[in-house]
Order: sequence, then structure tokens, then C-alpha cells
Amino acid sequence: MNRFVYADNAATTPMSESVYEAMKPYLTEFYGNPSSLYRIGREAHRAIEGARKKVAAAIGAAEPKEIIFTGGGSQADNLAIRGYVKGRSARGRKHIITSKIEHHAVLYTCEALEKEGYPVTYLDVDSEGHVDLEQLKAAISDQTAIVTIMAANNEVGTIQDLKAIGEIAHAHGAVFHTDAVQAVGHMHINVQEMGIDLLSLSGHKFRGPKGIGALYLRKGIALDPLVHGGGQERGLASGTENVAGIIGLGQAIEDATGANLDEKMGYVKKLTDRLTKGIMDNIPYTHYTGDPINRLPGTASFVFEAIEGEGLILRLDLAGICGSTGSACSTGSLDPSHVLMAIGLPHEIAHGSLRLTLGEQNTEEDVDYLIEKVTEVVATLREMSPVWVDGKPDMSAACDLHHEHHH
Amino acid sequence: MDYSDKVFDHFTNPRNVGEIEDASGVGEVGNAKCGDIMKIYLKVSDDGIIEDVKFKTFGCGAAIATSSMATELVKGKSLEEALKLTNQAVAEALDGLPPVKMHCSVLAEEALRSAIADYYRKQGKDPEALLGCSCDCSSCHCEH
Repeated sequence: MNRFVYADNAATTPMSESVYEAMKPYLTEFYGNPSSLYRIGREAHRAIEGARKKVAAAIGAAEPKEIIFTGGGSQADNLAIRGYVKGRSARGRKHIITSKIEHHAVLYTCEALEKEGYPVTYLDVDSEGHVDLEQLKAAISDQTAIVTIMAANNEVGTIQDLKAIGEIAHAHGAVFHTDAVQAVGHMHINVQEMGIDLLSLSGHKFRGPKGIGALYLRKGIALDPLVHGGGQERGLASGTENVAGIIGLGQAIEDATGANLDEKMGYVKKLTDRLTKGIMDNIPYTHYTGDPINRLPGTASFVFEAIEGEGLILRLDLAGICGSTGSACSTGSLDPSHVLMAIGLPHEIAHGSLRLTLGEQNTEEDVDYLIEKVTEVVATLREMSPVWVDGKPDMSAACDLHHEHHH
Repeated sequence: MDYSDKVFDHFTNPRNVGEIEDASGVGEVGNAKCGDIMKIYLKVSDDGIIEDVKFKTFGCGAAIATSSMATELVKGKSLEEALKLTNQAVAEALDGLPPVKMHCSVLAEEALRSAIADYYRKQGKDPEALLGCSCDCSSCHCEH
């Protein structure tokens, strides 16, 4: 008899009951267009403004109007970067600085802009995934328009020194955007204290609905809109508002931040620590990826030598477990994930990655089941592997890694 | 990944996993950098029949399933018949593979041919004359 354990909370989270209840009236009762003058339209409009206040409060924004609702985190990232460099506030500056471990919503936006003549610097990260601040200082100039660095990484969970990055950006007259899609609701964020000028977030990463996100845009910054139309969201994200989604986002962010954050994430961190210890103790030739301390509380990421991640995920699925991998075979491309490459893992090793991300709905029993099944499945796949010989990996790249890890 | 039921079956319950200690021929293709390696062991009878075949594979679900299916397809066959096995036939026997996974069936075909070439070499025969290439596939496989 199998359990079902959802351990892919960095991919998405189950919507909470409180979010679902908050949304319902705006799907059935107050379905009016928020731009309409009659009561059900006004009710919808009022509810949106209430949600805007909640989002602003959750991230320490000075005013609710600094929050622009978007169709998710990717749209917020696109609007922030493209909107800024094409907008008035960039004052003709064109240079963009980002990192090699950003989400594709940021990386591919930068690559597209590069083709349009905007020079981009992609900063390296160290083996734990921290952006190289010295490289940032060397690369930034009075031509730099925007520095865009994620708050916390989706694959390895490493948290960046946001305040330091903001200070470097501002010292050169650039703005600082952070993709905080994985971070909001999982770590404390205060845009004013951290010197963040633009911030992207997404509802479904903290038990809200999918298809709704927000961009925090510090007062005084002018963006070029991505979508032209009816002028909703200060003209930056035209289109009739996703009212129920916005209400759901507001409820979810309220539930996930402030005092609730410490309580929920304290619990999640304990679970993750138990999981990490169990897997590292039980499975030899396993490497832990990311910063072991300064990381998202629910993220546990590993690489297992001599096996490949897609097979691992499919076999865990048979055991009722949902997890994810950065293996090439899972992405349909030649290379393992760009994040695992950027932290310096050899290809051979990176193919065997597993990311398990826990949430507040997981239990200690879930964790023990994860440890048991991951151990079993890794052993089964290793038994099948030609590069697993006499209980050891037989791979040259792995040998190099073992030496590196003994310093 | 949209796998057929047969791919799932062969991935979940792979046939002929393991090694043959006194194998008459062993072939290994692919490399760890690309994320897949297949190793096939053959036990060939005096009259050229594949009596037993085993495999070990490092790779994705499709890599394991194609190894399993390829070994099933040649077990009990003559070497001549086994050499006629194409990657298409392996894929078809699995009710198809997603396009990005077709290279796994190529690997399975090559691993088998490589094992047969090794068998011929051990018999003192030139595999190139029989197979059309040396089948040293381990060095030429990162372009998929």
C-alpha cells in the first residue's frame, strides 16, 4: 500500500482551503468587470484593492499602488526587465547584469534583449550558488540600466545577499530587480530595507492559485508596458483583471508571510533537515547541492552518482512520490540544468540530480517515507547501472569530485 | 514525457538485467557525459545462437526500456538475425518512443552490434567485414 507524498513544492503548491474559500465569491457572485460602474463591478474592484494592500504589506512596500498584478511570475519578470530597459527611467542606459542561475523567464528575456542590441553580463556563481559580488562590482558601470538577480534559486535553494547587490546597483545609478518567485512566503522580504526596486512574485508558489503574480515597482520608476489595451494595472498589464486569482493571491500571501512565515517555515525547515540527514546518511556517493545554511527552508537537493534523474523520478512516481530532477533527459535537451552546470557539477554527476521540496502540508511520516523510498530506488537503479561497480561509482568525473570534496 | 505503456512496463520491470560472467561478447556504448551508457553481455552457442543476453544501463526511462526490449528481441536468435535488428524495430516493439528519445533505441542497436563485434573479434574474425564498421561506438556518441 503506497502513500502519496507531494514533495515538489518548488514546482507548485496545493491551493489552501482558505485561499479557495476567499476566491469562490469572485467566481460566482461578484463576477462583474472591475471597470464597470454597477455594484458587482465595484465589489470586484474593491476586493482587488484589498488584495493589493495585502501584497504590499507582505513585502514591505511603501504604498499599495506599487503593486502591479500580472499573469504570473514569468510575466512579472518580462515586464520588469524589458519594461525597464525600454522605458523612460533607463534614460538610455542599455547594459543588463544578471546571473547564470536565473529562471528562464529572466535568462531568455535577457537573451532576447541581447539580440536587440542590449549588452548583457551573466555573472558566475560559486559552488554553492552565490553570485560573485566582486564580478558584479567589476562589471557594473554608468551604462548599466538594471541588475536582475534572483532572491533564491529554484533548484538548489541558495539565497542571495540581496541587500549587498542592491547597494552595488544603486552606487552606479542602476535599479535592482529580483525574481523572488521562490522566495516570497518562504523567507522574510522587505523591499525597502533590502534596497529592491522591482520584485517578481507568483501566487502558486505559496498555496495561491496559478496564473496570477505581481510585480513590485518602486514609486517613481516608469516602465514600458508589455501589453497594450484597456489600461488596467496602471497601463502596464492591460486586460480585464483575473479577479478571483488576485483575491486568492492576496489571501495566500497574507497566510504565508508575517508571523505565519516563522511558524510555518520553522516547521518546514525541521522536516527538510530530517530529510537531508536521512538521505545523506543512508545513500553513499551522494552530494548535497546549494548553500547548506542560507537556503530556502523547504528545499533539499542532491545528486546521486552513477544514476540518471529521469529514471529516478519515474520510479519514485510509482512509489507515490512527486519530486523533480535537473537531468538532461528530463528537459529534452543535451545538457543537465544550467544551474547545476553553473555551480560546477560535471555533466556525468549532474544527470543524477534530485530535488525534493517540502511544504507546510508535509509530515514527519512523509519525510520518513521519502527517505526509505529514495534509498530503495537509488539502490535499484545503481544495480542496473554499468558505472556502478562493486558498490562504488566507476566514473572518472566522479573521482575528481571526490578529491575536491575532501578539502 | 509521453511514454507508451510498453515503455513503462519495460522500464518498471526490465527484462535481462545483469551481467554474464563468462560472456562470449560484451559491448558498451554511450558515455556518462551525455547521460546514457548501455552495456550488453552475450552468451553465444557454438552454432551461433544467442543463448543468453544481459544488460546494464545508466540512463533515462527510455534507455532502460530500449535495452530491455532489445535483449528480449534477440534472445534465442542467431547472430545473423540479431544483426538485422534496427533501432526502428526496437522502438516499434515498444509502441513508439517520443522523438527526443529515439537516440535511446539507436544506442540499444549499437550496444548489441558492439557486443556481436566483440564476439567476432574473440573468435579471431574481423568484425568490420561482417558489420561494416568496427563498432567502436563508445567514442562517437555525443551528437544526439
